[in-house]
Amino acid sequence: MSGSALTMMIIAMVLLWGGSAYFLIKAYNSKSF
Amino acid sequence: MVADNGGGIFFLVYLFALLTAGIPIMILEFGIGHKYRGGAPLSFAKMSRKFEWLGWSQVIVCFFIAVYYVLVIAWAMSYFYHSISLGYADDPSGFFYNNVLGLTEGPFELGGIQTQLLIPLAIAWAINFIAIYAGVKGGIEKLAKIFIPVLFLMVVVIAVRGSTLPGSAAGLNFMFEPDFSRLFDFKVWTAAYGQIFFDLSIAFAIMITYSSYLPKKSDLTGNAFTACFTNCGFSLLAGIAVFSILGHMAHSQGVAVQEVAGDGVGLAFVTFPAAITTLGGMAPLFGMLFFLALTMAGLTSLISINEAAIAALMDKLDMKRKKVTVVYTGVAAICSLVIATGAGLYILDIVDHFTNNFGIVFGGLIQVLLVGWIFNLKSLQDHINSVSEIKAGSWWVFSIKFITPLVAGYTGIMTLVGDIKVPYEGYPQEALLVMGWLVLAVIIVGGFLLSRLKWKNEIYLIEGVKDNVR
Repeated sequence: MSGSALTMMIIAMVLLWGGSAYFLIKAYNSKSF
Repeated sequence: MVADNGGGIFFLVYLFALLTAGIPIMILEFGIGHKYRGGAPLSFAKMSRKFEWLGWSQVIVCFFIAVYYVLVIAWAMSYFYHSISLGYADDPSGFFYNNVLGLTEGPFELGGIQTQLLIPLAIAWAINFIAIYAGVKGGIEKLAKIFIPVLFLMVVVIAVRGSTLPGSAAGLNFMFEPDFSRLFDFKVWTAAYGQIFFDLSIAFAIMITYSSYLPKKSDLTGNAFTACFTNCGFSLLAGIAVFSILGHMAHSQGVAVQEVAGDGVGLAFVTFPAAITTLGGMAPLFGMLFFLALTMAGLTSLISINEAAIAALMDKLDMKRKKVTVVYTGVAAICSLVIATGAGLYILDIVDHFTNNFGIVFGGLIQVLLVGWIFNLKSLQDHINSVSEIKAGSWWVFSIKFITPLVAGYTGIMTLVGDIKVPYEGYPQEALLVMGWLVLAVIIVGGFLLSRLKWKNEIYLIEGVKDNVR
């Protein structure tokens, strides 16, 4: 994989999966589930 | 979509679209359904009787989508079965177009109902019927609690195995390699904003309906952020799974990834089965996993689409869920037989193009214009903020009033002009007239006509639907 493609993949993973995890934990803590 | 629009750059633009349009509209729809306690028509009617038609137009869009979308699930079920013996291995293209679809020469050449699709079609409608008939808590929620984790696990397995196959890096490279020259290309921006609408199921009644079931004290913005991020995060995972396997396929055939990559129906039912057959002894298992995942994803979407329509009818006619579900599912199932004919793929393609690109995009545009500029947006904002931890501030108002109308308007008008200049996909004008423009007319006129129908229980227009009624 090229360096730029790998960088974009990591950015997408961090933002989307990191964002998902953050909001899921937040929802879990506030008993929104 | 990603490969045509600058690869990795598309993700950045997509993320921007998620924050400036996807999440704001999701918050708006959660706010509408939660405040007015009804499906889309009732919620809009409670805002102003003049808005009710928009809710019905969105419900009719749901009906059309359900009628053709169920066939995609039937195809996936059929492929799940054929994965056991890898029936599609010798000629994936011929298998799909001839054996599964029995595709004819054109949209008016129906070629009879393809009987091989009747059993999966019946199973898909039956699961949909049982889930909705049993109610939101008893059926839909229970089904989602099983389907969503299983679906997630299956896609994780496919992604992990796919990304460790030889050649997978080339597939991921094809998906993520950024073309920085496209960053300011307007086409990339409109594609990303258009994709956000469809990915998040916004602007066609679904989110309004589901938020009407939320408890009074629900964190609306928190729920919107969670739903949007998890949905897009899952799409990313599915993309990694698909592209790594496509990379492996290209590697084993000694060709470039762009030569094997397709999109939409062709990608799922021709390219991917071909890719699966390159996996050797693991092929049947992977085939079954992939098509079971596709079936589950499709069913959960189908159920949510139909629930939006059924809830709207229950509100208007003040009828019990069971009665409405029987009648609605029966009518929709009969209509779906048209898509099970040899011309089904053509009809599906045309109806899908018109409902998505005009029905949903213009529906979304009118929705933000009405709510943002004519209705008192501040009262909705106050309601959302009264129950939410993350406040919908001026960024939200700006997105609803300016960004979304501009982008949705531009995207819709450009597609409209393009379709007027050049017939969509080269289909005959008569076919586009009957299956495209006429469908669009039904969505608009039907919306107005249904809004003229008297509410059986007018108390709903004042109080909304009580939680225990549905």
